[in-house]
Amino acid sequence: MIGVLALQGNFDAHIKVIKKLNLDYRLVNKSKDLDCLDGLVFPGGESTTISKLFKKNDNLIDGIKDFSNYKPILGTCAGIILMSKQANDERVYNFGFLDVIMQRNAYGRQVHSFEGNISVNYLDSSKDTKALFIRAPKIKEIGKDVEVFATYKNEVIGVKQGMHVGVTCHPELLNETLIHSICFNKK
Amino acid sequence: MSKESFKVKVGLAEMLKGGVIMDVTNVEQAKIAEDAGAVSVMALERIPSDIRKDGGVARMSNPHMIKEIQENVSIPVMAKCRIGHFAEAQILEALEVDFIDESEVLTMADEYAHVDKHPFKAPFVCGARNLGEALRRIHEGAALIRTKGEAGSGNIVEAVRHMKMITSQIIELQNADLSLKAEEYRVPVDLVEEVAKNQKLTVPNFAAGGIATPADASLMMQLGAETVFVGSGIFKSEDPSERAHAIVKSVTHYKNAKDVLSASYNLKDAMKGILMSDIAEEEKFSNRGD
Repeated sequence: MIGVLALQGNFDAHIKVIKKLNLDYRLVNKSKDLDCLDGLVFPGGESTTISKLFKKNDNLIDGIKDFSNYKPILGTCAGIILMSKQANDERVYNFGFLDVIMQRNAYGRQVHSFEGNISVNYLDSSKDTKALFIRAPKIKEIGKDVEVFATYKNEVIGVKQGMHVGVTCHPELLNETLIHSICFNKK
Repeated sequence: MSKESFKVKVGLAEMLKGGVIMDVTNVEQAKIAEDAGAVSVMALERIPSDIRKDGGVARMSNPHMIKEIQENVSIPVMAKCRIGHFAEAQILEALEVDFIDESEVLTMADEYAHVDKHPFKAPFVCGARNLGEALRRIHEGAALIRTKGEAGSGNIVEAVRHMKMITSQIIELQNADLSLKAEEYRVPVDLVEEVAKNQKLTVPNFAAGGIATPADASLMMQLGAETVFVGSGIFKSEDPSERAHAIVKSVTHYKNAKDVLSASYNLKDAMKGILMSDIAEEEKFSNRGD
């Protein structure tokens, strides 16, 4: 069963993709919701809003930190910002699961949002999938233990560190399952 | 307008789910809203309750004021244009406003036609009182629907009416002749068929118009709203920052009455509010646009 963080954001679209992979799901907004999950999704949304809600819930933060030692976490857009080590923004909470530095809204405001084909590196080969970039962030710096997981026009837009995966875009909004299936090991 | 770019517009609406969008009239209020956890702010010169009180023609806000707010918060910034006033919408798009609200709160510019929203790159949100209005707005290119409610009234009764109306009319489609419904609603039948099949609108559905308390926000979420707009309710109360925090908390945990209770403690007085019987029919914002 995969958990979907449901403090705020596009958790619906992730649930659709999880169901499409024939996996069960559970919404997570309290630490007890993490019990017995096989993985967790940090959806997109507003990273400042989700951060505020996290900061009022220390139990959930501690629960997720502990969970991250054993099970994979996938973050999309705001999700990768929260998973990163830093976003140069004091309004944002950073878990530090991914040794990357993020820049928020790096492509500009909504009129600059777009759909793109992305390449995902998986088992020494590369597969293409589609995603939406909605007021998306950029990955500005990558630590040495971080693998490049996905690219868009030669720019790194997805990374993997240990079990954890973060992408700056939204494959789930186009009902694309590739990234979820790799992260949660579901063929 | 391609299908792809419409998905990009709806994509931002998806990101705003489970949140609170707050009306703000200056940078200070915008920062209070952001600090309280708003997912977006609606920048406007006068909040609906003041527009109602002041009278006169209500137009798009001064771009300078919108830009100042854009420069001081990182969350998406929305702004309103008059119904049918596509030139105001063009200006808001050029200003790179994240969402344009073609709003009945402002004075109507065109009594016969709404803005053709398809050619715009900026997404639009429109109000609706019933399924027909919602579908007409979606067909014109709206990427997000909200109830009209009765803005600036501090009275939730109209938002409840509109949300329940939309929900019940979607259920009715299950046993209806869809081509007749399409004719009645003045939209293509494939749009009606999609809504009938999925039993929900093809774009997100938010609540607006009259939300003043954490309980109001929880009520609208439980009735099926995916996010709430709060206008006059926050900055017309005696404790805007506390109330803003409280309404955000009540939306996040709307299903849990204990959390909504704890959000409701220690608030000062909500805005006074107006009875619908005290607003003349021709003065109701919600009657504007069909």
